[in-house]
Amino acid sequence: MNPQDYQWPKADCTRIPYGMYRDPDVYSLEQEKIFQGPVWNYLALEAEIPNVGDFRTIEVGDIPVIVNRARDGKVHAFVNRCAHRGATVQRLIHGNAKSHVCCYHHWGYNLEGNLVGVPFARGVEGKGGLPEDFDKSQHCLRKMRVESLNGVLFGTFATELEPLEDFLDTTFVNQLKRLFNRPIKILGYQRQRIQGNWKLYTDNLRDPNHGGLLHMFQITFGIARLNQTGGAKVDKKARHNMSWAAQDMGKNNSDAEYSTPRENNNLTLKDGSLLQYRKEFPDDYNLTIASIFPNCIFQQIGNTLAVRQIRTKSVGEFEIFWTFYGYQDDDTSMDQHRLRMSNLVGPGGLVSMEDGEAIEIVHRAIAADEDKHAFVEFGGRGPVGDQDNLVTEAPMRGFWMHYCELMGITPGDAEHA
Amino acid sequence: MPEHYFQLQMLLDLYARLIDEDRLEEWVELFTPEGRYEIISRENLAQGFALPLMLCENRNQIADRVMSLRKANIYNIHTDRHILSQLHVEATPEGWQVGANYALFQTDQVGVSRLYSVGRYDDLVREVDGRLLFVSKRVIVDTGAVPSLLATPI
Repeated sequence: MNPQDYQWPKADCTRIPYGMYRDPDVYSLEQEKIFQGPVWNYLALEAEIPNVGDFRTIEVGDIPVIVNRARDGKVHAFVNRCAHRGATVQRLIHGNAKSHVCCYHHWGYNLEGNLVGVPFARGVEGKGGLPEDFDKSQHCLRKMRVESLNGVLFGTFATELEPLEDFLDTTFVNQLKRLFNRPIKILGYQRQRIQGNWKLYTDNLRDPNHGGLLHMFQITFGIARLNQTGGAKVDKKARHNMSWAAQDMGKNNSDAEYSTPRENNNLTLKDGSLLQYRKEFPDDYNLTIASIFPNCIFQQIGNTLAVRQIRTKSVGEFEIFWTFYGYQDDDTSMDQHRLRMSNLVGPGGLVSMEDGEAIEIVHRAIAADEDKHAFVEFGGRGPVGDQDNLVTEAPMRGFWMHYCELMGITPGDAEHA
Repeated sequence: MPEHYFQLQMLLDLYARLIDEDRLEEWVELFTPEGRYEIISRENLAQGFALPLMLCENRNQIADRVMSLRKANIYNIHTDRHILSQLHVEATPEGWQVGANYALFQTDQVGVSRLYSVGRYDDLVREVDGRLLFVSKRVIVDTGAVPSLLATPI
């Protein structure tokens, strides 16, 4: 049904109609208002396309996009769909190309997305071909505006939008500068297909309360501890969220490499090497999960560094595309350590596999009751700001309030009716 | 060679059966103490990336995975069913190099089955005290887009 017709009983989004997760009409409008709306979508990392002609094909929402480095050295992004009849132009997911040529009728595009070649435009021996007034410049691939912050590439379809750093706000600009403080190297990718609505995942990311309850590895084997401090930070609009936890260095701080204290656990791993955190930032944060509205997450879980991009597939399916990285100056021991620690995260992660299940059991169970509501009051009601503890899901509401603004929904109408 | 082929076939059959019957503690014992178990996507291998989907560098880490599944993790409730191909076997100085294609189906509690993963095993098997054991097992998954999540071994 019309997305604006759902009942939002509370202006602070402490009630979310289940239809928002299940309704194909909502999904269609999101593609226009969210992913093509006034947001900076994460695209890729510059380290993935270091040379002229290097490209990766990605998705922004449902839209296929080519991200490549052109002859001017700059990164360009444009829709990977031929301006002629809509075929996928670049069919490979990565590679190096001088131009992108559609295999169907050989329309060719340069690395800036401009149409440069159309075979038989003037026909053969004066017969056939395109009308005289055909103008190549009117048939470019739809371009995104691209900005880079320390090698992290964002793009937007919006013509009017604040600059990237204003969109991210101080906390998140600083976090990206912290994570991408020196040249990185790509370690590889992971993909996870979840049978659920993509916003059940953005909710999950803004709900630090579930961490110690759903992901029991941390409690069982003593990763989450009483002396660990944590909380969540949001931007000026509370649409982005960074959940964080800090190691209480205490008496261990003379040793750069230390095991997680285990005073709180019942079981011990036979080989705890994957829990060893090697301090590598000047601060004490050992867990930071920065979720940027709408489609990406920058994670530091111990020494596993990764970007996750949410790629919508349908109202009931999305892919999480994980790009793992380390630093170019990592030695082989650190390389191996990051690979070992990657066991904690991803689709098979010891502290993350549960998210796939949690999202799917919600998506299935709410099917029959699109007019009923999720209850979101951990962390209180009202406006959303920084959270000084982890027993909160208030940042979820920050996401939804901004989401409603972009979707043309006014939550809380019933309160005043 | 032929008798070893038959014994290797029995080892792979046991490997699959112990997973399918949820006898994971016995499955752990199919590896040598230094036995390595790795699941990696073909996508990463093809691009020269080492990032695994799961990596256990020795049998203790494999046992820890199983203990975590038993005691800590929440995942989709399912049964596994492996279908294995004929083996490709080569004798090397390090042991038997064994390859096999697999298809792994998962079935939920109400009998709905789906193809969960297809790919290939790339194994090194050695005889230890009269028993054939995995020195290393690398699962190269074609199905790199992991459906739902990855909990039980492939």
